[in-house]
Amino acid sequence: MNPNFLDFEQPIAELDAKIEELRHASHGQAFNIDEEVGKLREKLKVKTAEIFRNLTPWQISQLSRHPARPYTLDYINGMCEEFHELAGDRMFADDAAIVGGLGRINGRSVMIIGHQKGRDTKSKVKRNFGMPRPEGYRKALRLMKMAEQFSLPLFTFIDTAGAWPGINAEERGQSEAIARNLMEMSELRVPIICTVTGEGGSGGALAIGVGDRTIMLQYSTYSVITPEGCASILFKSADKAKDAAEFMGLTAPRLMENGLIDKIVREPLGGAHRNPSSMATRLKAVLMNQLDELEAMPIDDLLKKRYARLRGYGAYAE
Amino acid sequence: MNWLQKIMTPKARPQGAAAAKGKVPEGVWEKCAGCGTVLYRPELERSLMVCPKCGHHHAIGARTRLNAFFDEGITEELWPDLAPSDPLKFRDQKKYKDRIVAAQKATGEKDALVAMRGALKGRSLVAVAFEFSFMGGSMGSVVGEKFARAAELALAERTGLVCFSATGGARMQEGLFSLMQMAKTSATIRRMRDAGVPYISVLTHPTTGGVSASLGMLGDLNVAEPKALIGFAGPRVIEQTVRETLPEGFQRSEFLVDHGAVDFIVDRRDMRDKLAAVLGIMGKQPRAA
Repeated sequence: MNPNFLDFEQPIAELDAKIEELRHASHGQAFNIDEEVGKLREKLKVKTAEIFRNLTPWQISQLSRHPARPYTLDYINGMCEEFHELAGDRMFADDAAIVGGLGRINGRSVMIIGHQKGRDTKSKVKRNFGMPRPEGYRKALRLMKMAEQFSLPLFTFIDTAGAWPGINAEERGQSEAIARNLMEMSELRVPIICTVTGEGGSGGALAIGVGDRTIMLQYSTYSVITPEGCASILFKSADKAKDAAEFMGLTAPRLMENGLIDKIVREPLGGAHRNPSSMATRLKAVLMNQLDELEAMPIDDLLKKRYARLRGYGAYAE
Repeated sequence: MNWLQKIMTPKARPQGAAAAKGKVPEGVWEKCAGCGTVLYRPELERSLMVCPKCGHHHAIGARTRLNAFFDEGITEELWPDLAPSDPLKFRDQKKYKDRIVAAQKATGEKDALVAMRGALKGRSLVAVAFEFSFMGGSMGSVVGEKFARAAELALAERTGLVCFSATGGARMQEGLFSLMQMAKTSATIRRMRDAGVPYISVLTHPTTGGVSASLGMLGDLNVAEPKALIGFAGPRVIEQTVRETLPEGFQRSEFLVDHGAVDFIVDRRDMRDKLAAVLGIMGKQPRAA
């Protein structure tokens, strides 16, 4: 098994490997393999479409945290003409699990903030697996306030299993850091567009997720707890994560049905990781489009709408 | 009849089967969870479930708490008909629908938050309290909605808001609806702050997860009862993550004061006096909205 592919992606991995092998074998040879490779490519396309046609919520959960999935810095690279990363919360430290900075997209000045995971062991540890500590949320807040000060629209990219549940995080006020962001984002005087690019894990995700629009990539998830966490608490076994995922309603289409998000951005065939640059291009187009809509509104109207939107969340009887 | 029963008033003396067996009947005597002293239940209730011997704060129901907190006789319950729905048709080992019904039967409440309007030492005030015995005081749509309405009412009438939390966090069975209650309640608090209407968050045992990380930590004053467990992640989750034993007193009220997250600790029996005093100063000259 190829560890860079999920179990249900193995047929894709095998075809990928065959194509590579064939190309490698034919290198410098006289015979023409174009036709054969073309056939295999077509087969790969059909197979991928077939696999991705009926994904279960659990499979989507796995895709949302695929080891090859693009992360915030990949999107920033794919979208921005310029990006200047800014570090530190000015109080305690710089948390590498959240990145942020000044950017320029299609000539427009923006502030960008997002969770950041690592790829190899070293960077995973540096990024704390994308699980921020309070200083990460406080850095985010500092940049949000800066966005407000310089009238820069704010884009956030959400991709975390959750806020870090550690002793040091508790000592430095993890709850307060998250809560303050929720409160401040509700009235930040610039347009805010939040995109769930991978895992939208609970309060740790929402702490950079309050705004005027919530967008989800097709195979991202957004939930109150991870399927594993839900399973171990309610199903009394972490092995029941698959079942939990079914009921949690964490996929983009389910959340759209329930009116909890505003837009779904389709991913390239086989998921964002199969073609990160195309994913970035698509997302960029959607973000610019949404930003045009929001910027057309006077800021006070925008804030009223934002409040009404936040205030409207809920399903209850009376 | 043992000596204890002999000195008791006939009314308090255990009757029927329990008396015949010579057992201590449930509900009349209670062993203090703090010091182990056997306490006479009505006396414990008179001291708001705080042990008169050691000061241990036992759990107290939302309704009992609010009734004891407000001046007598003039409280009005707010939005008592708000009731949960089951937007996800959620089912784990039990159906969410069945869990709701069971919790409603057991507690007599529709959901985990009770809201009242009344007066505290003559000053009108809105207050809400979490009912922990209703699904662990978890915050779903009803809790979030009721809190938001309470905040909006307190803002409109410029009375101030007090919230007593006792909760495990967001309610999993309502999925993202629950998570969004964090954003909703925090937005209403932002508006109170803008208008200079005071909000006091009283953190009681336990207050964790999504409630702690939203309305719990956003008080103008964050106040705690003694030795309450307060934090974002629960101790078990942290222990599993860091694989070490947690330090003594970790995530308790006193720890939070030491780490700058809470303003002060108040004994439940002094809650009325202390909050009336600070509200008297904070609410004296509200800024114009």
